[in-house]
Amino acid sequence: LNLQRRKLLAAGWAWPLLARASDPLRVASYPSLDEGIKVARPLYAARGDIQLSTLAYGDHHNAMLTSLMTRTSLPDVVGIEVSFLGKLVESGALEDLSQPPYNALRHAPQLVPYTVAQARRSTDGALCAMPVDIGPGTLLYRRDLLQQSGVAAEQLLGSWADYLAAGRQVKARSGRFLLPNASSLCNLILRANVPSGQGIFFDRNNQPQFDQPRFEQAFELARQVRRDRLDARFTAWATEWVEGFKRGAFVTEMSGAWLAGHLASYLAPDTRGLWRASQLPAGAFASWGGSFYGIPAALPADRKLRAWRFIEFLATDLSMQLAALKQLDAYPALRAAAQDPFMELPIPFLGGQPARLLWREASTRIPALVLNRLDPIANEVMTGELDRVLEGGKPVVNALRDAQRKVLRRVRR
Amino acid sequence: MRNERCCAVSAADSTAAHRKPRRLVSRRWAPYLFISPFFILFAVFGLYPLLFSAYVSFFRWDGVGALRWEGLGNYVYALYLEDLPWSQFFSGTFWADLYERDFWRALGNTLWIGLVASLPQHLIALPLAWFLHTRFQLGRNATLGIYFLPFITNTVAIVLVFQAMFSAQYGLVNSLLVGLGTWQLAGVQPLAWLFPTELVDWGRPEKTKWVVAFVVWWRYVGWNTVLYLAALQTIPQDLFEAARVDGASRWRQFIHIALPQLRPMLFFAITLSLIGSLQLFEEPYILTGGTGGVIQEAETSAMYLLKVALNEGDFGTASAIAWLLFLVVAAFTALNNRVLKPKD
Repeated sequence: LNLQRRKLLAAGWAWPLLARASDPLRVASYPSLDEGIKVARPLYAARGDIQLSTLAYGDHHNAMLTSLMTRTSLPDVVGIEVSFLGKLVESGALEDLSQPPYNALRHAPQLVPYTVAQARRSTDGALCAMPVDIGPGTLLYRRDLLQQSGVAAEQLLGSWADYLAAGRQVKARSGRFLLPNASSLCNLILRANVPSGQGIFFDRNNQPQFDQPRFEQAFELARQVRRDRLDARFTAWATEWVEGFKRGAFVTEMSGAWLAGHLASYLAPDTRGLWRASQLPAGAFASWGGSFYGIPAALPADRKLRAWRFIEFLATDLSMQLAALKQLDAYPALRAAAQDPFMELPIPFLGGQPARLLWREASTRIPALVLNRLDPIANEVMTGELDRVLEGGKPVVNALRDAQRKVLRRVRR
Repeated sequence: MRNERCCAVSAADSTAAHRKPRRLVSRRWAPYLFISPFFILFAVFGLYPLLFSAYVSFFRWDGVGALRWEGLGNYVYALYLEDLPWSQFFSGTFWADLYERDFWRALGNTLWIGLVASLPQHLIALPLAWFLHTRFQLGRNATLGIYFLPFITNTVAIVLVFQAMFSAQYGLVNSLLVGLGTWQLAGVQPLAWLFPTELVDWGRPEKTKWVVAFVVWWRYVGWNTVLYLAALQTIPQDLFEAARVDGASRWRQFIHIALPQLRPMLFFAITLSLIGSLQLFEEPYILTGGTGGVIQEAETSAMYLLKVALNEGDFGTASAIAWLLFLVVAAFTALNNRVLKPKD
């Protein structure tokens, strides 16, 4: 009886430990980024189970914001797309990974420089997330359609004026559009010309910068594109935008390098071999997307440590970064992965072009932008004013003055 | 011994006497006990959020940090009445300036879509219900079911189908309209004056609201038809028979008998439309991809409220907007009450 009692007691003591061992790491993510977790599972299997929950892109970020705010239903690891990074980083609800026991900044030299800067809190420099992939900006163009219009690819790459001139020639000869939407050109110019260490919309002192010349240049060029009917007025990810790729409605699109992977896999696989990639026009280099993982600050210390080990694995383990690159075409944030011979391989969808070399070069030249909590608001104000310029004929100067006033009103609260 | 029995009896009596009022008490509380689940759930999930949002509307709160007292600041910020050209109140400048301000633009869009979608709903549902009531005997329920179908179909599915239909380049609506506009007869386009000959961009700011209003109208016209038909069926047939004997046409029966009798249902249906219109969210949100469309021409108050809360992380102002909207709904309902409520 004593022996049985002892066994029971031992089982009682061991139960929490056993339960802990089978307690999986909870990762919350969104489509396409969650594929990286699926790739990580077998590689990380020896270190623990991973429970993945996926929501649609917007729903995921809203759900995370709610969870972080209410401190309920918190996952251990939070997937964050760069558009939402500023808001989540500045919220103070994510763990500072630069502090012990994580000391994440020791990994910073191994990562693409601009992407680490994006995850740092403006007020105290806290590192609130780790980058796992990046989106170097690229110009994708339909080589066949350009040739039909008698336009050489090099004509697209000179100045912005050359790019628009090539578009006019395409329009005149084939009736096709140069790009899906003038606003993407505006966004690119705004992102490309930011001095390193500044934000897109705000300076270091949290003041809106709509009075900067780059805004006027971006708005004016977008206005010219719309005036000359060079854009198809398709909104990114709308049905028409997707159909436009399939039907060759436009000949170029500026986006992150990841778009080539999306085109090849599901957006327009039938156009395989017809697209090519290049650096952005006018010598511009810009970041277009990127994914991060963070840890809710409200978690217990032991869970945070477990979460950190997994994030560290995702971001800094060479085999993991290469697996994501090879299986998902997720461009690595780890510099060592970008040196792998795989980067030199031709990409069949791009007609055998070794385009990853272009993107590797771009990743070293992209300016480090400082994100701001109010970036989404400023972006929305800017989009509204740009629409008024493009659709309503509002003078650019007035639109920028109004944008500055509106954002300033929000900042002063 | 006798004394003991006597004491035992009196003790038993006293116990019984004590039991009786206890049972009475439990009987008195039993109804409250049975009804309490509703009140507890309502208090937790209905009343508490309501009161908390009223409380939060006087504070600045990003949802994470501490609440900071703001007084009426959130209301003032949401209304944004500073620097308005009040001297030009009766000119377009004033209203154009007001429309540039987020809260007022969203409210204006909501009222516009509400009016353009709701008014035709009732103008069509009323005669349609009358027609179904008087002319349809066989197959009335099946016909009614078809009209009711959009109301019970998933909004997301409906909106996605409409989104594809209104696609400028590849949509069915444009194919049909442009097909009619460019139809040729003996070398001329006889319908070109009525239909477009070039693709219509339904995403243009001046058209977005119309598309949203059309989808909302299409979705709810069946619902209102069901309401009016149900009310028509409760009107005593004697009234119509008497009118028929007196030689009243169907039109006069509709105008002079059915419509006055439908007044309570009109009040109810219009109140529902009013509240639904001012809370409109799903259709414009999905149709415009959550952006409100170009220049936020179809951004409704509910969408704006959500944006302020989640995008801007300003829960205090979002709560203030919610209460301002409540005032608008209350004002319109009171007006509707005054105009349409049956007077006993």
